[in-house]
Amino acid sequence: METRIGLEIHCQLTGVGTKLFCSCKCDYRGKEPNSNVCPTCSGLPGTLPLLNRKAVEFAGMISLALGCRIPDEIAFYRKNYFYPDLPKNFQLTQYNAYGVTSIGVDGRLSYGDSKSAGIRRVQLEEDPGRLVYETGSMETSSYALVDYNRAGVPLVEVVTEPDFDDPKDVRLFLDKIASIIEHLGVCDTKLEGSVRCDANVSVGGGSRVEIKNVSSFADVEKALRYEITRQRTMTSRDMQVRSETRHWDDARKLTKESRTKEEEQDYRYFPDPDVPTVVLGGDFVALTRASMPELPDARKERFVTRFGLSGHVAQVLIDNKELADFFESALKTYESPIEIANWIVTDLMGFIDERQKEERSLLLGIKVGPEHIAELARMVDRGMINRSTAKQILGQIVQSGEMPSQAAKKMRASIIDDENELLKVIDSVFKSEKAAVTDAKRNPNAANFLLGKVMQATKGLADPKAALELLQKRLKEAS
Amino acid sequence: MEVWRLGAADVAAGIRSREFSAEEYIQQLLERIERVEPKVNAFVTVQGKEALEKARLVDRRVKDGEQVGPLAGVAVSIKDNICVKGIKTTCASKMLENYLPPYDATVVRRLNEAGAILIGKANLDEFAMGSTTEFSRDGPTRNPWDIGRVPGGSSGGSAASVAALECAVSLGSDTGGSVRCPASFCSVVGLKPTYGLVSRYGLVSYANSLEQIGPVGRTVSDVASVMNAIAGYDESDNTTAPGKPSYSMNGKSGGLRVGLVKEFVQGADPQVEKITQGAANMLADQGCRCEEVSLPSVEFALASYYTIATAEASSNLARYDNVRYGFDMSPEGYEWNSYFAKVRSNFGDEVKRRIIVGSYVLSSGYYGKYYLKAQQVRSLLRKELKSLFKTHDVLVGPTMPILPFKIGEKVDDPLKMYLVDVDTVVANLAGVPAISVPAGFADGLPVGLQVMADQFEEQKMLNAASLFESAAGVQRSPEL
Repeated sequence: METRIGLEIHCQLTGVGTKLFCSCKCDYRGKEPNSNVCPTCSGLPGTLPLLNRKAVEFAGMISLALGCRIPDEIAFYRKNYFYPDLPKNFQLTQYNAYGVTSIGVDGRLSYGDSKSAGIRRVQLEEDPGRLVYETGSMETSSYALVDYNRAGVPLVEVVTEPDFDDPKDVRLFLDKIASIIEHLGVCDTKLEGSVRCDANVSVGGGSRVEIKNVSSFADVEKALRYEITRQRTMTSRDMQVRSETRHWDDARKLTKESRTKEEEQDYRYFPDPDVPTVVLGGDFVALTRASMPELPDARKERFVTRFGLSGHVAQVLIDNKELADFFESALKTYESPIEIANWIVTDLMGFIDERQKEERSLLLGIKVGPEHIAELARMVDRGMINRSTAKQILGQIVQSGEMPSQAAKKMRASIIDDENELLKVIDSVFKSEKAAVTDAKRNPNAANFLLGKVMQATKGLADPKAALELLQKRLKEAS
Repeated sequence: MEVWRLGAADVAAGIRSREFSAEEYIQQLLERIERVEPKVNAFVTVQGKEALEKARLVDRRVKDGEQVGPLAGVAVSIKDNICVKGIKTTCASKMLENYLPPYDATVVRRLNEAGAILIGKANLDEFAMGSTTEFSRDGPTRNPWDIGRVPGGSSGGSAASVAALECAVSLGSDTGGSVRCPASFCSVVGLKPTYGLVSRYGLVSYANSLEQIGPVGRTVSDVASVMNAIAGYDESDNTTAPGKPSYSMNGKSGGLRVGLVKEFVQGADPQVEKITQGAANMLADQGCRCEEVSLPSVEFALASYYTIATAEASSNLARYDNVRYGFDMSPEGYEWNSYFAKVRSNFGDEVKRRIIVGSYVLSSGYYGKYYLKAQQVRSLLRKELKSLFKTHDVLVGPTMPILPFKIGEKVDDPLKMYLVDVDTVVANLAGVPAISVPAGFADGLPVGLQVMADQFEEQKMLNAASLFESAAGVQRSPEL
């Protein structure tokens, strides 16, 4: 059964600094409710929208990065619907049904190894305010409060063609988009709710189901898997899949029918007369392109050709701008790209939990910076420490924030290389591991097992070289 | 001295030369208002105390030899759909009965800077929707020439307050004739500027793509001096044009090429037609070259206007949901949809009618049939006008096709009511300027001459209007 998945990705242009049609700040998080508002964004009578040109430029960058065509003129439409979080009871957005007026159209973005998805359009619009429910949930609250602090924050909506058939690909695609907007500097993806994704899915040419209320990219993947299974099961039992909007229940990890049945809305779109058509002009595309920073694909290419990284390692680095920046910053201290990249991708990443990856705040709580990794790599390269010691050191410094050289010094100071002390430990191991000792007398390889026990007993502080020598000496004596 | 009778130019001159004080002038006007308001009902709010304070300030500055501005001390009324900081702006609607704007409209700020004194907020049809000023929460405004008749609308309070000598000048708003219609019915001058010439920031929107704020005065010269204060680019309104114009009253008017629009004259009441023909002859006598011209698309103008105006209105008025401002009504016990519905049932009938029509013409499947067609008519009208303005400086015709009618006469027949806008909506659809100048009386009731010019050709239009004004010498204010 053929599965078709399409996406709608909303991304706040937090990098613009001010709202789309007034000069209130984009940074509304943590502010007292309804303190980040002015007459315009709270929809007071007589106010007029003043288009933020920087937001248009940022949306233009996103469009170009997604391979879209940018029309010569763009316009804003009113999407009319009543909802308490909408100050004007219409949203200023873009609309292409009566001719292309959105900032980007007809794009394509490659992702993964050789896949790509069509981008139907990129549109610029205003974020609504927020409803704060008494109990946190619509179902159980007797009232809701409205906070307009978010109302008017510039939002870019990316609508894809239904070109995906595997939730895993959706995840790869979303990571790519996130990395692109991070590289463009248009959006701080770490901020809660700054990037949101709705998905639609149909199975075997059946009805299309929208999935909303998904708060993370990992959950998009989960929700899609659930929804595909649900639809396949229904189809195989000859049950009709209804065209509907379903909500992702984060707690129960399933999609459920929306409580309020959303009837077919008629948004009565028409061009907003207060925002004149924006003539972008012939040089808009050229100027925008020229002002764009390096994009993930180009950066990956550079990592591979200039630094000799493998495609896989380079991909992991550029999937998150923070990580790629970390890598390049470490190179400034010590230029050993492959060593450093490996330390980041295989070792440092091991200390980052799934949740942090999810929130794209990889390095939150990690106390090592690029200079730490650079020093660690240098110490290994110069043979000052061996790899396993280096790994131990990394394990300590991600929590302490100490420099690796300092940690190594401390480690040396606590190392047990005193013969008498080591012999005491070895003797006690010999006592408890009699069978292994007998074995080791015949088979020299089995000594490693005993050494492991010694290390264990000293919590790794025994000097392995000295311990092994003594151990072998004792074995000989005993035979 | 009866200074309350003076026009803007004489008031400013008198105060500046300290012939009389602003305080004395405002005091007299407040007495006048008290005397005639029971008959006229032009005001929603009178700002007596504040006006006197401002007057004393102007007097002090004059005494200290400070700059006081070209409209120093001039009393102005402002239509109650234009925001003044801290002063109730109700739009004559229950929906905004307690609304205090936290900011000044750009025109208000500019009038203040020019030294004008706000004396009160003028009555209107609710949200500026109407042609009679009968659809007001504060009751109808009455025509000072015959208080049994309507003053026109929707800026009826503005025109009536100027005609009744309750203030020197006024600001109205004109979406489909709302400044010119009452100016014509009250025998005063009313100007609708080129779209984009005057900032709409602070004007409560009815139909954004059509409307402009415009001045009302007893002379063309007073209206021009208000334009000099309010016109020009405003960074708070993206639809304003760059630059700041300055109009003079000694422009050349000899040899103007005048077109008398056939379609406007043909549909008019015979008495109105006669006065309009007379006006054209008068202009010819003044050395203008007059000829009849045709604007065939006028036929579609009303349908186009009501489609676009109602469409925009249906969206503009969606924000009145009583959440952020409005009147006292507890949301306790309502689900929000039913609360919105209950609240919004407090719009007046005419407003409801337009919201419903506007929602209908925008609904999916009808957009092409109505809204797009209406926009095509606009292009057509613009094209026809452009071509006429190649060979003519101004176009003239009656402002209103009929004489001021009785209060209540058309209130139950919306279609008949809409028909009276046929001559005025053209200028709004095309975005060109138009002015109504008193042209005479029929059966003791005022008739206005409408003069239209090409976009941003206000100076030419003022020249023609001024020429006609001095030739015709029509009476401005009745005895009350």
